Amino acid sequence: MKRLAKISMGVYVALCFAFFYLPIFITMIFSFNSSKSLTKFTGFSFKWYQELIENQEIMSAVWVSVSIAILATAISTVLGTITAIGLTRHRKLVKEWILNVNNIPIMNPEIVTAIGLMLLFTAMKIDKGYVTMLLAHISFCTPYVITSVYPKVRGLDNNIANAAMDLGATPWQALRKVIIPMIKPGIYAGVLLAFTMSFDDFVISYFVSGNGVMNISMIVYNMTKRTNPTINALSTIVILVIFIAVAVVNIVPIIKRKKVTVHEKNN
Amino acid sequence: MRYFKKLVRPYIAWSAVVIIIPLIMMLLYAFTNSGNSLLNIQFTFENFKRFAEPVYLNVFLKSLKLGLLTVAICLVLGYTLAYIIAQFKESTQNVLILLVTVPMWINMLLRTYAWISILSDNGLLNALLSKLGLEPVSMMYTDFAVMIGQVCDFLPFMIIPIHTSLSKMDKSFIEASYDLGANPVQTFFKVVFKLSIPGVLNGVIMVFLLSISTFVIPKLLGGGQYVLMGNLIESQFVSVGDWNFGSAISIILAVIILFAIRWMKKVDAADN
Repeated sequence: MKRLAKISMGVYVALCFAFFYLPIFITMIFSFNSSKSLTKFTGFSFKWYQELIENQEIMSAVWVSVSIAILATAISTVLGTITAIGLTRHRKLVKEWILNVNNIPIMNPEIVTAIGLMLLFTAMKIDKGYVTMLLAHISFCTPYVITSVYPKVRGLDNNIANAAMDLGATPWQALRKVIIPMIKPGIYAGVLLAFTMSFDDFVISYFVSGNGVMNISMIVYNMTKRTNPTINALSTIVILVIFIAVAVVNIVPIIKRKKVTVHEKNN
Repeated sequence: MRYFKKLVRPYIAWSAVVIIIPLIMMLLYAFTNSGNSLLNIQFTFENFKRFAEPVYLNVFLKSLKLGLLTVAICLVLGYTLAYIIAQFKESTQNVLILLVTVPMWINMLLRTYAWISILSDNGLLNALLSKLGLEPVSMMYTDFAVMIGQVCDFLPFMIIPIHTSLSKMDKSFIEASYDLGANPVQTFFKVVFKLSIPGVLNGVIMVFLLSISTFVIPKLLGGGQYVLMGNLIESQFVSVGDWNFGSAISIILAVIILFAIRWMKKVDAADN
């Protein structure tokens, strides 16, 4: 009886993961197919990867996605971190007000945020394109940075920074050498979140971009009308990069911990 | 103390421009008709009244139905998986949860695109059916296809909060329940499920929010004829060009989500 329960539990887990991963693996396998068929594997080839590299449109979309994700992450991380640090020094009323406003883009459906930004850019007469996409990405990434950094700052003892300044540190030094190092885990979490939010975004980019500026999501959206194995090749590369990144993020702390314990043993 | 106060100022200015002003503009559009100038503005409820027309009301009901169905399916599948994962030892749990999160990192468009090649008429699933000697089934552009895409994309958002509250649970409650004579079914419904309600509510809200406002999955897997709230908004802005009506629908959508969150918080508070 117990064995049966265990087996059926295992089968259920396997089925769920198959549901998550089968589409991903099928995409990867068929990206190496030599023909356009999505059902018959006619032979191994790198044909679609070559077409991918030669496709100007896709390559520029990759560039847009990557550069916007890096810029938006950098800017929203700085903005979000200083805001989170400043917030803890304010009265409850101000704090709650800002945090509530900050929650609006997180709670609102993406499409509503997208429409709002589109109306804003149109009213301000900013030409839709790379700049509007970047500004939009900064605006929806920053709230996530604040929500991941703020709890860390709140957990800090204000006296530590004050002590540093009493001992002659300038506020800037206290910020850089005392506060930031202590809230690093929160900042890293914010960076990770901001980068993936930006890199994966479709809805907001779709509404605020224009003049032919497209990111990866938008190009995929435009190409789904007909089957196109170059998209499979692109998918495979994106998936591999993410797998490697996730593996590195998760394995590095383990190795570090091991090194530390080895180090401690040696001492 | 006072040194870092000023650091908030850039964000106050920034969020006023990119969060508050867009909302005000959306409200302005929603309560006016086109061709208004700011000087002689005239407010109207017309855009909201129009939403009550049967055509649009049907879109709303269809979105609501599909959203609730997605939530229900994700809840049943996700709770079961989260519960099973929580039975493993901690290191295994961490690996399994990581495996649940990895697909979330992969671009949603790419994952939805993958389903097209499986579900289409000359896709893998039909190839498999014909190998088994069965009639091919047209799956693309149906409720079924949209449902598969939504559940696959949103299920992790249900699993993770539920798993978090299940793994935080004090196991001695379960032992106490058995000691007091409850059977496994009673223990599950009266102890385990009750204690996991915060996670369940979180997951339900997340999946509901995502599924009621999506327009990509219905468009790719449901086809151009498949219209949900999100698609209706998109068409008003992209093809029809009626920004006033589009803004009104956006506001309705935001209000629905707001009420859903309020209601969930109430349930959560009443439960404690």
